Amino acid sequence: MFAYIVRRLLYAIPILIGVNLLTFTLFFVVNSPDDMAVSQLGDKYVTPEAIENWKQKNGYDKPLFLNPDAAGLTRLTDTIFFDKSVRLFAFDFGRSESGRDITSDVATRMWPSLAVALPTFIVGIGVNICVALMVVMFHGTRLDRGAVFLFVALMSISYLFYIIGGQFLVAKTWRLVPISGFHAEGQVWKFLILPVLVGVVAGIGAGARWYRTLFLEEANQDYVRTARAKGCSELTILFRHILPNALIPILTGVVVLIPSLFMGSLLIESFFGIPGLGSYMLDAINSQDFAIVRSMVFIGSILYILGLILTDISYTWADPRVRLS
Amino acid sequence: MLPPLAASTRAAALLFCSLLLAACTDGPWNNPNPPAPAGLVTYQSMISPAPPKHLDPAISYASDESLILMQIYEPPMGYHFLKRPYELIPLGAEDFPEITFLNARGEAIDPDQEEVAFSRYRLTVKADARYQPHPAFAVDDSGAPRYLFSDPQQGRSFRQISDFPHSGSRAVHANDYVYAIKRLADPFNGSPMLGFMAQYIVGMEEFSARLQDVEREGWLNLDQYPMEGLAVVDERRFDITIKGRYPQFSYWLAMHFFSPIPPEVDRFFHNPGFIDRNLTLDWWPVGSGPFMMVKNDPNSEIVLERNPNFRADYYPSEGAPGDAEAGLLDDAGKRLPLVDRAVFRLEKEVLSLWTKFLQGYYDRSGETHGNTNRVFDQAFVVGPDGVELSADMAGRDIGVEPDVKPGIYYYGFNMRDPVVGGYSEEKRKLRQALQIAFDTEEYLNIFYKGNGIAAHMPIPPGIPGFVEGEAGINPYVYDWVDGEARRKSIEHAQQLLVEAGYPNGRDARTGEPLKIFIDVQSQAISNTSMNWIDRAFARIGVQVEYRPADWNRTREKLLTGNTQIYSHGWLADYPDPENFLFLLFGPESPLICKCDGANNSNYESAEYDELFRRMRVMPPGAEREAIVAEMVDLLRKDAVWLYAFYPKNIYLNNSWVYNNKRHGISKNTLKYVRIDEALREQKRAEWNQPVIWPLYAAALLVIALLLPGIIAYRRRLRATARH
Repeated sequence: MFAYIVRRLLYAIPILIGVNLLTFTLFFVVNSPDDMAVSQLGDKYVTPEAIENWKQKNGYDKPLFLNPDAAGLTRLTDTIFFDKSVRLFAFDFGRSESGRDITSDVATRMWPSLAVALPTFIVGIGVNICVALMVVMFHGTRLDRGAVFLFVALMSISYLFYIIGGQFLVAKTWRLVPISGFHAEGQVWKFLILPVLVGVVAGIGAGARWYRTLFLEEANQDYVRTARAKGCSELTILFRHILPNALIPILTGVVVLIPSLFMGSLLIESFFGIPGLGSYMLDAINSQDFAIVRSMVFIGSILYILGLILTDISYTWADPRVRLS
Repeated sequence: MLPPLAASTRAAALLFCSLLLAACTDGPWNNPNPPAPAGLVTYQSMISPAPPKHLDPAISYASDESLILMQIYEPPMGYHFLKRPYELIPLGAEDFPEITFLNARGEAIDPDQEEVAFSRYRLTVKADARYQPHPAFAVDDSGAPRYLFSDPQQGRSFRQISDFPHSGSRAVHANDYVYAIKRLADPFNGSPMLGFMAQYIVGMEEFSARLQDVEREGWLNLDQYPMEGLAVVDERRFDITIKGRYPQFSYWLAMHFFSPIPPEVDRFFHNPGFIDRNLTLDWWPVGSGPFMMVKNDPNSEIVLERNPNFRADYYPSEGAPGDAEAGLLDDAGKRLPLVDRAVFRLEKEVLSLWTKFLQGYYDRSGETHGNTNRVFDQAFVVGPDGVELSADMAGRDIGVEPDVKPGIYYYGFNMRDPVVGGYSEEKRKLRQALQIAFDTEEYLNIFYKGNGIAAHMPIPPGIPGFVEGEAGINPYVYDWVDGEARRKSIEHAQQLLVEAGYPNGRDARTGEPLKIFIDVQSQAISNTSMNWIDRAFARIGVQVEYRPADWNRTREKLLTGNTQIYSHGWLADYPDPENFLFLLFGPESPLICKCDGANNSNYESAEYDELFRRMRVMPPGAEREAIVAEMVDLLRKDAVWLYAFYPKNIYLNNSWVYNNKRHGISKNTLKYVRIDEALREQKRAEWNQPVIWPLYAAALLVIALLLPGIIAYRRRLRATARH
């Protein structure tokens, strides 16, 4: 297994280079270094000298990919792409365009992200699986059909509706929790109730429907019929037989998300004022802060690759027949 | 053994009760604020929608940043809180600058007798001005700086200013102001003011060029590098010499760029490794103003506390007419600041911000914006007397503070455009016809809920040169009828079009319909606005095509003159007509200066430019006002802008906040705000009683959903094989 993991990690290098190249190209197609300078310097009294000065200070005064004035390898290394993107591989994220240390910001912000994402993830999976198993138990009945209808309806509603509706009802009208905010000290939980509730409710439709499909495939297998024939209760059949056998597809969809929980959620964090990495990314896009965008995309790619490797490893735990080689 | 239903219900009930108990411990359940320190009166506000990016007075140039900076720093000059038109007063300086005019040889001259080559501004620092306590001033027993490190490892344990156990303070020196101006000139700091100020301050350009070549390692002591236009006379007096005459320079002295920076503070923040922990002057301002920063978490909040070393400053005892009646002089003579603490929480979403304001967790609806234009529409209705609070809001004793910003938003013609540009009589008439067809008043009523005033001139209210009433109307677009300005008729606009060579909106020579192109910023205009504009011009037979683009692309078009009609805006830096009339000064055209000039209309009028040059260097007075009026007439006649309006913001204030008069230019007004904490607590408790029944309803709903399943499950367990 060790060799397999090493091989997968090595595969990750060209993927990360590709992701970096793509992010860099897309960002600079939309924003030139001059645009970034103007965005940082403000709209008034911006002189060409000020723009040049800003570019020089922040390392944007070089060619993007190829330096025709340089010789040898420096044609490639004396460029913005090399300066800004390649050093990410040494986990040197540098400073944001406004001068803050990105590593320090990421380290601070990942905890609020995790504080929301982790309970949403755990409670969400638990609720979705329980609901799906219950619906499977009544497969073919009106209860099942009603539940599927409800799932599709829940899926069809925009995530924004859940957020704004939740804020309007729970926080504004009923005044049960703060509408937004986050304070690490003191009663953190009261800021988490609503975003977690919204995250879980918004995910029930799609999640439970997907799990129902997975469980139904297993519910018609011979071993289930055998278990039922030998007198096992429905709960035992569902939780002891069907659930473990449906784990492989569940793990495929779930484990890959675990590392990404650190990255938080763009919408939830923005609307609920959670100072996590999701809102960090969104702010960076809005303020054209390429240093943060490229770092966050890089971290996101690494976490996703890590998630895929963890998924593969989890298969061996869920199904002893699986061997990684 | 308990059945499954009873167990789950019991668990849910336990959780519910524990939540209730926990919530009951700290006032209203929905209170988003952590408990404030006892005995300190705290002003609760917000920064929205993004945290400040820069808090270094040399670098920052945004109004939300100025909101924080101006509470901490004291530049030499400031503005009177209450008087209107805006009045300049000494702030960090003892008095107004003492101006001496010099000839090319540097000799003092009488400006009326000889041509002025330089102007020397002598400023005296207030005797009792002292800095806030700060570790940069801390010294050990030998008098050496306590926090001066040579290795990044030495200061590793310090992550924010509160981590430093020792602090010190000292009086503000004249050299601190000089040092601050040198920081503006240091290219390493990237100050947005460098290019502009280098045109005026003697030696700034050369100083900047010299520093460009200096090798740096760590802190560069700017005191070692003299600048020709700066001189320290003694501990409290310093001189700034500028080129020629520039009366508006006194206004610049009221901006945070000119706030004092002690060299030891600059040195402190250049300690090795500090920048990696975001310990920089850009994040931790150090000043002599009424407040000092005690927390700067750009992710959540900025906290200011009263500067214990703040000089003796008192609430003004005189104001503008009506201020006494409005209770704005009730605190006259009181020592400032009137609150002990101010918390600015980051608020990105409008619904949250609005809800927290209504719940009493914010004292005002906004700081740099009232957050009421188009966003909090539900708060207002348009009544017979204009915009009024809606019935829902009426019972909350909320104060409404309208504020016409010293700024202007406009759609301008590109005067170099072959269709709408040019200076012939036909072209003027074409533009005037378009101006008449665009009913600004209706547009503002529909799309801004009346929160704007149609402009008759580029100078907004509150700025010298603005004229109200019949004398102030644009006679090419309006008539004065029954005591008010009335837009000329569409028939008149159609007649102007005929005279311009476009009868019924068609080119008289080719028969082609007249189509105009408006460059809009994608996010700044809605489809409904565009439909309205289409209809407005359709009345004179003119077609419109929009060219949406983001700001970067729009800026490119403006720089290259590749627009026909463009949208833009300007907020005043200082209350002088020069700061608005320069928007149409010929050399400011991007096509002429080959720079990011302000004259995006590329307007060129030798007469206007000459008047502007004269007006720019004149002291305020009747002669200057006459020239301003002449310039405004030229702009009206040439019809350079399609339409313009002065933005109006409506700020809402909860009833426990006093001294709410808005100042369009100055941001250092927090020290005048007073809070009635007892009333705030009472109202918060009253407004935030939780509604409990939804919790019971939710519990019942869960039971109702589970119960049929459980019943069916039990029935299935008991069923025989046959069933």
